[in-house]
Amino acid sequence: MNKVLIIVATLLSPVMAWGVESTTYPNDEIEIDWDDKASMQRGARTFVNYCMSCHSAAYSRYNRVGQDLGISDEQVLENLVFTTDVNGEKTKVGELMKATMTPEYAEKAFGVVPLDLSLIARSRGVNWLYNYLRAFHVDESNPLGMDNSVLPVAMPHVLVELQGYQKAKKVTRVKRINNKDVEYEVIVGFDLIKPGSQSKAEYDQTVYDLVGFLDYLSEPYRQTRIDVGKGVIIFLLIFLVLVYFLKKEFWKDIH
Amino acid sequence: MSDNSSKNGIMGWIDARFPLTKMWEEHLSKYYAPKNFNFWYFFGSLALLVLVIQIVTGIFLTMHYKPDGDLAFISVEYIMRDVDWGWLIRYLHSTGSSAFFIVVYLHMFRGVMYGSYQKPRELIWLFGMFIYLALMAEAFMGYLLPWGQMSYWGAQVIISLFGAIPVIGDDLTLWIRGDFVIADATLHRFFALHVVAVPLVLIMLVVMHILALHEVGSNNPEGIEIKKYKDEDGNPLDGIPFHPYYSVKDLVGVVVFLILFSVVVFFMPEMGGYFLEHANFVPANQYQTPEHIAPVWYFTPYYAILRAVPDKLIGVILMFAAIFMLFILPWIDRGKVHSIRYRSTSFKWLLAMLVVSFVGLGYLGALPLSDIRTFFARVYSIGYFGFFLGLWWISKNEKTKPVPERIQ
Amino acid sequence: MSSEVSDNDRRRFLTAATVVVGAVGTGFVAVPFIKSWNPSARARSAGAPIKADISKLEMGQQIIFKWQGKPVWVVRRDQKALATLSRVAENLRDADSEDSIQPDYARNEHRSIKPEYLVIVGICTHLGCSPTYRPNMIEADFLGGFFCPCHGSKFDFSGRVYSGVPAPTNLTVPPHYYIDDGLILIGEDGVA
Repeated sequence: MNKVLIIVATLLSPVMAWGVESTTYPNDEIEIDWDDKASMQRGARTFVNYCMSCHSAAYSRYNRVGQDLGISDEQVLENLVFTTDVNGEKTKVGELMKATMTPEYAEKAFGVVPLDLSLIARSRGVNWLYNYLRAFHVDESNPLGMDNSVLPVAMPHVLVELQGYQKAKKVTRVKRINNKDVEYEVIVGFDLIKPGSQSKAEYDQTVYDLVGFLDYLSEPYRQTRIDVGKGVIIFLLIFLVLVYFLKKEFWKDIH
Repeated sequence: MSDNSSKNGIMGWIDARFPLTKMWEEHLSKYYAPKNFNFWYFFGSLALLVLVIQIVTGIFLTMHYKPDGDLAFISVEYIMRDVDWGWLIRYLHSTGSSAFFIVVYLHMFRGVMYGSYQKPRELIWLFGMFIYLALMAEAFMGYLLPWGQMSYWGAQVIISLFGAIPVIGDDLTLWIRGDFVIADATLHRFFALHVVAVPLVLIMLVVMHILALHEVGSNNPEGIEIKKYKDEDGNPLDGIPFHPYYSVKDLVGVVVFLILFSVVVFFMPEMGGYFLEHANFVPANQYQTPEHIAPVWYFTPYYAILRAVPDKLIGVILMFAAIFMLFILPWIDRGKVHSIRYRSTSFKWLLAMLVVSFVGLGYLGALPLSDIRTFFARVYSIGYFGFFLGLWWISKNEKTKPVPERIQ
Repeated sequence: MSSEVSDNDRRRFLTAATVVVGAVGTGFVAVPFIKSWNPSARARSAGAPIKADISKLEMGQQIIFKWQGKPVWVVRRDQKALATLSRVAENLRDADSEDSIQPDYARNEHRSIKPEYLVIVGICTHLGCSPTYRPNMIEADFLGGFFCPCHGSKFDFSGRVYSGVPAPTNLTVPPHYYIDDGLILIGEDGVA
């Protein structure tokens, strides 16, 4: 049997070893602290102020965000709700977080409706978002004047007044493809050429807060899920002890 | 038996009109199962448990879900966020589908290992295989319903497989979709099949599977018939009543299973993108394929076989052949000895090869293509089919160990 | 012999304990499924308080607003209608609104904050039909008010039910308050 296991392991080993190499910069990893409500509140503020002009989070409701982040309905209305309905009346606290811009208008203006961000942290992951939001850099060849080293530019850099303008540091690398040396450029860092209102550390924190909020937004019931899960597991473990003894008791007859 | 009819009270009243006590005895309290069931014999009951979980959670999801191209994705997020406890019901269902396949694959492996498909249990195996087929159809159609990117493009690829059939292929895919692309019409018919038609077939097949099993009697790790030696009452000497002995034993298995199941549901419902794929958190977009599409893990072995073949039609044929081989397994195996314990070393090697190939294919099918991966997918495909050919070959004159008469 | 007896006791105890704990577990499992039938966040949001503009309401007229999917009527009663209220009292089942649902500030003869304006949920307390406004229907002891077409229940101008009809209690008054003279908020009690 052991021999078989060794063979199995050997046969599977070549498949296991292939990883995917990453070439983008920046490539930092973050850990979201789900208990840091203050951080998420700051992130929520950044989100409604900067992102929600174009992007919706239309699976989510303002009052739910308020409840989960420890903000009262009144505070939510004051600090987070800046949109109005078709009659010009202020959006109610229980409503979905729809962008200021209507999808019809956006389609006319940009040709596409900006992504709904409710689930972006689940489809892209928090690291990707953290890197993406810090990867905008000046690029004169681009019609928008900016590019992004994580995802070729698709949207303007709305946080530029905070971050300031940065330029990419590039180095040339050589790779052998089909017995020929091919030169290519990679971005290895950024130089700040015109500072924004925040320092680099402050901006990183702003992005961290925002990504933390997006992470919360993608699964608002996560904390409940984990809390309930602990209870369920404890209950089942107790039950397991009970049924184990029950089984042993009955199987005395057999052994 | 005769004392049933003379019984008084409610049970007597019912038994005179419906064979309740008789059924209870036939299938539980007087169904004699071999006394030596081991770990591998938990998975039949567990499959039944998962079926119940899926049906109950499915019914409740149907109460909130909207099978409409414009609303499906939104309604799933509505369930997750706006419906009280909706997230739990949905995670139970999504985790349940993966759990179903894990349990069923282990159950099938048990059958191969101990020869549970061999005479006289060919029909049990066949019903089981039809259950497996229905389960795959059920899972495939269910996966379209969240209407995410992976739902959409996964369905697109799989339906396109039918396009490989000569002459009628294109018309057939058009007919299945009911539109020129996967669209509202497809979603709606898949919904009807997923929530009504296939579950009915599944339940019926499960009943037949169990009836056939209880007619013939259970196999066991020794692979011998317990019915040969009976006591004066006509009960097998090496058998014990399913209830209470195996009901309490299975209860332990059920609780252990529920613990593992809960760990996934409550702490890792996405299972690293294998149970719920990341791309499926983006609404279906018919103009943009995700960068990397892979079927859910339980289909990846067959998907890897499909991709390993450079010709579309042959690839599709081989993929379906891979499933078909399992169907005819009882007739491929010409051996008389059931259990791996008394079979030849070659059988053990073949079975190891099957496991390695199947797991390897499953792993490769989830990854993007590359030359080396295609190479290995071909090796594993040969390994997979090699099991069936090899088994046919070796089982004719297999050198087996002597089989005991009784269970020790 | 004695060990067999104690074994049986042990067996019975373990079986009972497993059944009880299993039943408790099943009860826990049932909770999420039962609760999933509660009004969802969407339904609750749609059921949020509404603003009712009554500035253009003429004397004797009725406007219907929608609140929580139910019709809420605002009726502007003239002196003639208000005068009937005390005259019909003896024919009513619950003239003092003791068994009926209304906020405390509407538990009076006119069942409203301002006598002129009646704000009331237009759902019959019998089986949920919506009665019709019949200011001019006068027959025997009925001096006008609301009449339910489903089973013939009659209500006076304050939504109070007549005796001898199927509806058990008066029509329900929803929580409401005046934002200003021409605007009512329906669905929330005013801040005291």
